[in-house]
Amino acid sequence: MTDKHDLTPLWEVFIRPRNGLHHRHVGSLHAADSALALQAARDVYTRRGEGNSIWVVRSSDIAASDPSFAEPNFEPADDKIYRHPTFYDIPDEVGHM
Amino acid sequence: MYSQGLIGADSSTTESEEFLATFQARIDREEKIEPNDPMPEGYRRTLVRQIGQHAHSEIVGMLPEGNWITRAPSLRRKIALLAKVQDEGGHGLYLYSAAETLGVSREQMTEELLSGKAKYSSIFNYPTPTWADIGAIGWLVDGAAIMNQIPLCRCSFGPYARAMIRVCKEESFHQRQGYEIMMTLARGSEEQKQMAQDALDRWWWPSLMMFGPSDTDSTNSDQSMKWKIKRFSNDELRQKFITATVPQAEYLGLTVPDPDLKWNEETKLYDHGEIDWAEFKAVVSGNGQMNRDRIRDRNKAWDDGAWVREAALAHAKKRADNQHIAREAAE
Repeated sequence: MTDKHDLTPLWEVFIRPRNGLHHRHVGSLHAADSALALQAARDVYTRRGEGNSIWVVRSSDIAASDPSFAEPNFEPADDKIYRHPTFYDIPDEVGHM
Repeated sequence: MYSQGLIGADSSTTESEEFLATFQARIDREEKIEPNDPMPEGYRRTLVRQIGQHAHSEIVGMLPEGNWITRAPSLRRKIALLAKVQDEGGHGLYLYSAAETLGVSREQMTEELLSGKAKYSSIFNYPTPTWADIGAIGWLVDGAAIMNQIPLCRCSFGPYARAMIRVCKEESFHQRQGYEIMMTLARGSEEQKQMAQDALDRWWWPSLMMFGPSDTDSTNSDQSMKWKIKRFSNDELRQKFITATVPQAEYLGLTVPDPDLKWNEETKLYDHGEIDWAEFKAVVSGNGQMNRDRIRDRNKAWDDGAWVREAALAHAKKRADNQHIAREAAE
């Protein structure tokens, strides 16, 4: 079995399809360093004009929210309907607002 | 081809009834399951096995076609074949990444392929002695793969479904380039037409076997269907494939090598003759014509590349150490 320190690190790949859009997560790959990760990302994820810019981030550097806290984290937003424009009654005479 | 990944899969699971019911309710609501979500161990194990075998199939699938890159009959054919083989490598990488989200390492999967412990699709254990085989593979093997993979785009496991969407977008070129090769041969000299027919004769039945055992013998289908890992049964997909492919063979003026092939007016599908399941079992269990060559070639490629992997890691470590020293010196 390979020693853990000899494993080739995992990277997450983000691609911007064109200027004006966000970089978007497209997948992951293994590479020894950032230069090789960028080269591999180009070969694996942009063979058909999928984008004009690539970011790679070491997967181990990403902190993720815990799915078991999804309810306390995200459900409070559901009952705060006053955060949405339709909560407020504005007469039609006022026109578009 | 990838329902073959379910052969021998162990979907048994030990979670409580309540846990399983909650999970099944999510599946029934068509919610996608993401890597860190709670899931039954049997679901995880089934997916690791299926996605892993799918990835291995893509990687080993480069070998039969790679055989013809240097001997493609024209530059046009050569660049197309190179691009196709490169795509297959890419598909393998998307799929390995999807399997890794379930907690299995790339190194572990690679070791299982190289040791012969993990399986890959039976189809890649057939040889490619003529150029027409490249046409037949694109047309039939990729055609069968598409038929299998399109429903997998709706698989309940998010990373697998997303990988399949990318793969499916790219596969259509593969099938078209294969059919174009067959068309050129079928319209060529008598000898070329014969070569195309010979390739169809050899690839037809193995292509049908890609869909896996008949529904009556496919023990793991029920659970996988319930968990929406697969959406159609092996036989359903096989018949759909035959029905789509027979008119394409007729257009080429070639004969499908099944004397029992018959249009069924009631189902609007073709009924096919008996598949040689003994051959299928032999190939799956390691006794196909090319099983040993494929594993030997993968091992050689892995061993030959060892110095590159080691050098890249050593270089990365040295640069990281140097940066660390420079930072300390600056402080």
